[in-house]
Amino acid sequence: MPSNVSYGQKASWGLTLAAWGGLLFLHVPILIIFLYTLTPDETTYTFPLPGITFKWFGVALQRADLWRALTLSLQVAAVATIVALVLGTLAAAAVYRSQFFGREAVSFLLVLPIALPGIVTGIALRTTIGSLEIPFSYWTIVVGHATFCVVVVYNNVLARFRRMQGSQIEASMDLGANSFQTFRYVIFPNIATALLAGGMLAFALSFDEVIVTTFTAGQQTTLPIWIFSQLTRPRDRPVTNVVAMFVMLITFLPIFFAQKITAQSADTEGGSK
Amino acid sequence: MTSQTQPAIRFENVSKYFGNVRAVEQANLEIRDGEFFSLLGPSGSGKTTCLRMIAGFETPSSGHIYLYGQDVSNLPPYERDVNTVFQDYALFPHMSVGDNIAYGLMVKGVPKPERIKRVDEMLELVQLAGYADRKPSQLSGGQRQRVALARALINHPKVLLLDEPLGALDLKLRQQMQVELKAIQKRVGITFIFVTHDQEEALTMSDRIAVFNEGKIVQVGTPAEIYEHPATAFVAGFVGTSNLVDGEIAKRITGRETRFSIRPEKIHMGPADTKIEADSYSADGVVRDVVYLGLYTRYLVELSGGGDLVVVEQNLKTTSMDVLKVKGQPVRLHWKKEHIREVGGS
Repeated sequence: MPSNVSYGQKASWGLTLAAWGGLLFLHVPILIIFLYTLTPDETTYTFPLPGITFKWFGVALQRADLWRALTLSLQVAAVATIVALVLGTLAAAAVYRSQFFGREAVSFLLVLPIALPGIVTGIALRTTIGSLEIPFSYWTIVVGHATFCVVVVYNNVLARFRRMQGSQIEASMDLGANSFQTFRYVIFPNIATALLAGGMLAFALSFDEVIVTTFTAGQQTTLPIWIFSQLTRPRDRPVTNVVAMFVMLITFLPIFFAQKITAQSADTEGGSK
Repeated sequence: MTSQTQPAIRFENVSKYFGNVRAVEQANLEIRDGEFFSLLGPSGSGKTTCLRMIAGFETPSSGHIYLYGQDVSNLPPYERDVNTVFQDYALFPHMSVGDNIAYGLMVKGVPKPERIKRVDEMLELVQLAGYADRKPSQLSGGQRQRVALARALINHPKVLLLDEPLGALDLKLRQQMQVELKAIQKRVGITFIFVTHDQEEALTMSDRIAVFNEGKIVQVGTPAEIYEHPATAFVAGFVGTSNLVDGEIAKRITGRETRFSIRPEKIHMGPADTKIEADSYSADGVVRDVVYLGLYTRYLVELSGGGDLVVVEQNLKTTSMDVLKVKGQPVRLHWKKEHIREVGGS
């Protein structure tokens, strides 16, 4: 946005330098990973690259353990997101619509898992699940992920509810719609983009989660854990880089679109006032 | 049909409490079929709570509400043949104007061709023909108001509730909508119940008015009855302006200590030596303040024995120069005995 420059003074060169330095520090390592997916040298990071090859993409495709991990991660993320969408929406509706004893406490407890260090959530879940003698499985991973996925959906939907004109629900009932019809035709369209944004965010969170997964998984290996275990195998490094690149794309895109969607609906709602 | 003889709405000892707060106390009320009925009162007087109880958004804490003889006190909003025009219009922002208006028909499963036909009729009625495909955000305040009205009328409800629907409009538009609402009510022949805190609006539009104060209905009557015969000092002060006179001053004027009210426009102001007819009361005083308001002038007259009266006179022959000269002059006020109203407590 070049027009912003005219708003005020130009930033001093020191500040500009610091800003660029910060951005580079954050993003150059990611670019390095992209770069070394193409290296023919499989054990060391030599620069400049001794050559360029695409063979690691092919190798990655052939790895059955990688595919199992990817499938598991996608499944867990999908199921955790669905659970989060349902529970998060119901919780947001309850906190928004009714006054009940302990409402503030419920609201606080719901948001807690995202503030709590993953290691605490992980240990707590592991102890609980272990002492209840529930075998660690695919489902325990889903439950673990749902604890923090619910939060993002809850926050998104609650914010949307608070912006929505409350009299719309009354108007719908007044015009003869029962509770189900009111949800279907009035409430759902109002919160649809919040659900989409919250869902994408939840999916991305679940997809690259390591800590809680380590504590709640049994023998299963999700993709992030697979990558983590690859660190001990220097010969596989380029393959790991290829996978890391795909993980980045898979998580980046939902977050990017989630932001677009919420920004857009905020614009239109602001414009109607 | 029996519904023609039944009152449209009947309140039987209706009370409503929110926790310990009393919103409505022991309300008894009958609203006739086909009437334009206003619930008038200051904010917090219980008028909106009464409307919401008729709509079904609140249930009475005690007592019963009858809609054409049927007890609806505990029915949910979607099982009552009553529709509402909301103060903030409550249009569905994600639907077009046409879909907003058709909503009531859609949830009842009326087939689409019929819906389209009736939406067109409604748009015609509220003078918005051709607006069906717009979004509510593309309309002006006055147009949204009409859409809200059309949406509420399409179900042909037995009673239409209007919750301060004109509050957000500017003065000119409000006056135009007052006339239009009244005309639409005549055309559709539905009972309208109109909540307002604007006494002028209530007087202009209503067949009858219920005046609310502190959760109670203090008077029910036609606009003329309410204005000319206020039942209490509150009504006299809230509907139009009134001079309230009591105690010593009342005794000096009428010979009795009973409190009475007198409308400023009923008082005539003349020179200090004006002769007083036998059918009139009089009071002498000095003009303390003159407010020139174009159409009329308001005078504040300080009575010689204490107290003061507000007098309003139309500027039929006088100019602002003339009326301002009166300030500080001794005058004699007089008015017909029949124009005072003896009023009770508050």
